[in-house]
Amino acid sequence: MKIDGIPSGCAISGIMSEEGRRIDGSVIIKSIACMHDRSNGLGGGFAAYGIYPKRKDQYAFHMMYDNIESKEATEEFFKDAFNVDKDEPIPTFRENGISNPPILWRYFLEVPENRLKFITERDYVMKTVMKINSEIEGAFVASSGKDMGAFKGVGYPEDIGKFYKLEDYSAYIWTAHGRFPTNTPGWWGGAHPFTLLDWSVVHNGEISSYGINKRYLEMFGYRLELRTDTEVIAYLFDLLVRRHKFSTDRAIMALATPFWKDIDRMEPEQKKIAIAIRQVYGSTLLNGPFSIIIGHSNGMIGLNDRIKLRPMTAARKDDMLYMASEESAIREIAPDLDEVWSPKAGTAVIGALRDVE
Amino acid sequence: MESQLPAEFVVDVDYEKCRRCKRCVMNCSFSALEFKDKVTPNHRQCVACHRCATFCPESAITIHENPLAYRYGYNWTPEIRKNILKQAESGGIILTGMGNPKPYPIYWDHMLIDACQVTNPSIDPLREPMELRTYLGAKPECLEFNSDASLKTELAPQVKIDIPVVFAAMSYGAISLNAHKALAMAAKRMGTLMNTGEGGLHEDIAGYSDNIIVQVASGRFGVTSKYLNNSAIVEIKIGQGAKPGIGGHLPGEKVGEDISKTRMIPAGTDALSPAPHHDIYSIEDLSQLIYAIKEATDYRKPVSVKIAAVHNVAAIASGIVRAGADIVVIDGFRGGTGAAPMIIRDHVGIPVELALAAVDDRLRQEGIRNRASILVGGSIRQSADVVKAIALGADACIIGTASLIAMGCRVCQKCYTGNCAWGIATQKPELVRRLNPEVASDRLCNLLSAWGHEIQEVLGSLGINAIESLRGSRERLRGVGLGQEALDILGIKHAGIGQ
Repeated sequence: MKIDGIPSGCAISGIMSEEGRRIDGSVIIKSIACMHDRSNGLGGGFAAYGIYPKRKDQYAFHMMYDNIESKEATEEFFKDAFNVDKDEPIPTFRENGISNPPILWRYFLEVPENRLKFITERDYVMKTVMKINSEIEGAFVASSGKDMGAFKGVGYPEDIGKFYKLEDYSAYIWTAHGRFPTNTPGWWGGAHPFTLLDWSVVHNGEISSYGINKRYLEMFGYRLELRTDTEVIAYLFDLLVRRHKFSTDRAIMALATPFWKDIDRMEPEQKKIAIAIRQVYGSTLLNGPFSIIIGHSNGMIGLNDRIKLRPMTAARKDDMLYMASEESAIREIAPDLDEVWSPKAGTAVIGALRDVE
Repeated sequence: MESQLPAEFVVDVDYEKCRRCKRCVMNCSFSALEFKDKVTPNHRQCVACHRCATFCPESAITIHENPLAYRYGYNWTPEIRKNILKQAESGGIILTGMGNPKPYPIYWDHMLIDACQVTNPSIDPLREPMELRTYLGAKPECLEFNSDASLKTELAPQVKIDIPVVFAAMSYGAISLNAHKALAMAAKRMGTLMNTGEGGLHEDIAGYSDNIIVQVASGRFGVTSKYLNNSAIVEIKIGQGAKPGIGGHLPGEKVGEDISKTRMIPAGTDALSPAPHHDIYSIEDLSQLIYAIKEATDYRKPVSVKIAAVHNVAAIASGIVRAGADIVVIDGFRGGTGAAPMIIRDHVGIPVELALAAVDDRLRQEGIRNRASILVGGSIRQSADVVKAIALGADACIIGTASLIAMGCRVCQKCYTGNCAWGIATQKPELVRRLNPEVASDRLCNLLSAWGHEIQEVLGSLGINAIESLRGSRERLRGVGLGQEALDILGIKHAGIGQ
């Protein structure tokens, strides 16, 4: 069953094995390629979790450099800020028409203990990411989590996937994005997914509340330099879940908050929580049309805006959870499904690794 | 001394149409019309309040500006010449009412709002929820939960308003009891708040406590424990946009029995509000008063502090938030008043647009924006101003002059005379009677409903469906005809610049 995509908007797709089984990258490429017409060749990318099992305790930094000077400046900075265990070029296949890639390099880093007297390890890493992106000209952190990585660039997603030789990686979570940029220019750093630590976001839509989401995050030390609205989603999840210790459900309640008319009808305890979240976290509300897939080390979250202005279909088969802009992109890789549904507006689809507390 | 001042207005009675019913004569509270065989204007007394023209059944009355020519002088304008004549005759400070009428730049009119096209769909407020509900009060930096998932953090008191527009402080004394009743009834019906101003709370509106902000000003009129607790919010008034740094003076002739009781001062005595609070000579004293009020209200009411927008407003606001205020009200230099020296009203303070932007920025830089709600006024003229204020960072707006106009005020700037022909800014029973509280309340509700719908339309066109997604979202504003410095202070880009 194949349905042609509507020629508008972006495409997103995500697959996850809740058992933690690793799947090679050709599957997700096939899924996102099915929605070719939803992107325009100006951006494609993937996030993969579980790809560096031998180095799973090290921060894997995927870097993009405009030139050799920015690489040298960043490496100088890394030497000072981290113990660099290994660095190497990110393997690429250069004969499929992807033009002008930046210098792509990856680093496996450990945080020296003496750096952690006054700050947690993850806050430390977050700060270094912010510093590189905003202070080193021509250097950009594509991803910075453990045992995960982002692979992205300017091109159709299926071409980007082949460029990065994703068939050579296997992961228990894959997310993918095909971009049809309208409001922000197409550049390699601007392709999805956006990441911070182990958070990654692929996003179809536009965050109309970007202005206040950004100013709110800035109060907490986040620096938003990427000229795109998607990065606020990654940072908001980081703030709510990692720093404010929200459960996923509570974070969703802040980001795609229930309408007052529904809150007014909730049970007293639930109502009290919902009102407090809206009162305190109103500036985190993601307003505007979006469907997003958020990846993190222990799972995958799919979410729509409060009135579902962007498409999203979810499906399950055995231990596999699928989410995509179109059902066709799921059927393409899993024709027989146990369950297929359209998640309701503002209601999250949550995939979680089993055996993880 | 015989006045040399020419009349400001000329009243024209069309005697062909006039049927000599004398309705105009009865309605004129400024003695500008007499009946001597026919309706005879005393032009010098006319303030252009339109009462006569509105009530003339034959539409026989028109009022013109006095066309008297003055030799042109860019420097010596007629207004300046007239003011000198006035002072040469009286030797006094020129008093006036309402807000600053001078042609200073109005920054609201140099900001334009964004809208959705193609990539983000606009939303139809008639078909989809469009939420304006706002909570005023201090918010914690984050929420914490207990292990059983219940809420651990206890929030400071929050006051719900259904529309981000609150009636500004206007005292019983400056305006009539009927005007106060109308404001209280409208606030209750529309789910918002009225503000008693500094003149105490008349027992007739005490029942509206959930919709009332009670004010504690330097005169402390009518302040009792009961008064403080009979409210949704308690407000400490430090300053007022129309007269920053200036106290108040309600002349004894306005202090009748009712006002005397409400303000708790002897009838017939002047009600004097000192320029400063004599127990607040610095920020630590303000903090003491804030906490004294919190103690007196058992920490169940947000405490608001109202200041005039002056040069150093951002630092002052930051101090107020750190002193424990739950709400900061910033009143711009165009804010209204019942009476103020013209020199102060027209020359002191700064525009609220710039003050608001500076305060919101400062509180964010210090990481304490969540610790207080920001209300702004002076002057909010239309719903577009509300939208722009919220986008700059306000939680809600206060409207004084606009609410008076809704009740019938013609902005003749003669509030201080006590002769308000519309029964608003007067204590004369025969004039007060002219303002029917029910009718005035309906008019106020209509205004707020209209503005609410308009704000919803704009939110929909912005592609957002909750007011909190507009609040502080300066990305959705663009400046037109503004210099770089103003743009930087407002934190907005010039029109023509994309993201």
